[in-house]
Amino acid sequence: MVAGSLLDLIGSTPLLELGTLSPPGRTIYAKLEGQNPTGSIKDRVALRMVEEAHLEPGAELLEPTSGNTGISLALVAKLKGLKLTCVMPANATPERRALLELYGATIVESPGNEGSNGAVRLAQEIAARDERYTMLFQYANEANPRAHYDGTGAEIAAELERVDALVAGLGTGGTLMGTGARLREAFPGVQVVAAEPLPGDPVMGLRSLEDGYVPPVLDVSKLDRKLLVSNAEAAAAVRVLLDREGLFAGVSAGAVVHVARRVAEELPEGAVVVCVLADGGWKYLSAPFWTGEEIDEAVLWW
Amino acid sequence: MSVVRVPPVLRTEAGGAREVEASGATLRELLEDLSVRLPALGSRVYADGSIHSFVNVYVDGEDVRTRAGLDTPVRDGSTVILLPAMAGGSLTPPAAGRSRAAGPPSAAACPR
Repeated sequence: MVAGSLLDLIGSTPLLELGTLSPPGRTIYAKLEGQNPTGSIKDRVALRMVEEAHLEPGAELLEPTSGNTGISLALVAKLKGLKLTCVMPANATPERRALLELYGATIVESPGNEGSNGAVRLAQEIAARDERYTMLFQYANEANPRAHYDGTGAEIAAELERVDALVAGLGTGGTLMGTGARLREAFPGVQVVAAEPLPGDPVMGLRSLEDGYVPPVLDVSKLDRKLLVSNAEAAAAVRVLLDREGLFAGVSAGAVVHVARRVAEELPEGAVVVCVLADGGWKYLSAPFWTGEEIDEAVLWW
Repeated sequence: MSVVRVPPVLRTEAGGAREVEASGATLRELLEDLSVRLPALGSRVYADGSIHSFVNVYVDGEDVRTRAGLDTPVRDGSTVILLPAMAGGSLTPPAAGRSRAAGPPSAAACPR
């Protein structure tokens, strides 16, 4: 394959049959989104959001993020001639900050003690008083599920003749909504299943229930199942993926594979389950995760 | 009898407890029992015959909104988990009321 731009290499990720992890008579396929140019599924979302925004070269994006979406936006911005400012908590990990800066993003720090809510609030304040900035905001941007409808879902439908269940991480809801809608068209009766991390106490420091949030792109009524996954279950599945399949996947992939195996066991013989693995394990290397120590969910769940 | 796990944001209403007990053959019966035992907690989770929109309720690890809702069966010994609705991903977006009112600052750039 010869590509004229790295952006042309976003999507069209391979499906890997997880032979050693599939229950007898069932087949689990993993969609390897870690093979996107910046190493995560968010490349699809970043590209689609930027394209649909129809921005002039030189336009300035502002996004509260310190994770995969920021890194993806930084790549797309660079190659489209846009500028990107990421608002991130001052106590975000140095690896993520370094990656964003290497890709050319400008970083504005928000108060560390206000966490991610503080980053969103500051980004909204900055964008409200400075018209230069465009905030794409993946949680409320329908280009996010559309990227998966036209990309992730269409690719799976083109490659497989049968899909009985789709399993993906909950996140913004974009992957499940877009991919799920596309697969329902191709495979009526497909189960759309969300794997949801069980948050640790650090990320549950809400002052009130009214600080909760349901992303506008997520419509829970379009999910067939929504299953919680504990830290230990996700960690075990990530290690099994590496040990048996040689696949070095990110933390959310562990949760997704755990649920995919449970769902596959409950389906009849011959069933095909597709799970979407959002990223590789590289950005989580500094976590104590690989050695079996306690997992800090607040750091790990992007 | 089932164990109900209480998130930090609701522990004041549970007298500081991380876990409480309640019983019922369905989630509706269980939440009604909970409302008798701990009225403050019950009313934060379940009021006017429905579950608060910013609370997710899981019976044995599965969100009841993708099961039978309040009619979801509860076994003796089931674990019921209460969690505030949170966005996944790297960020916890701001309070829904605030963010929906403010919206993304650049409306032109956002299809919504």
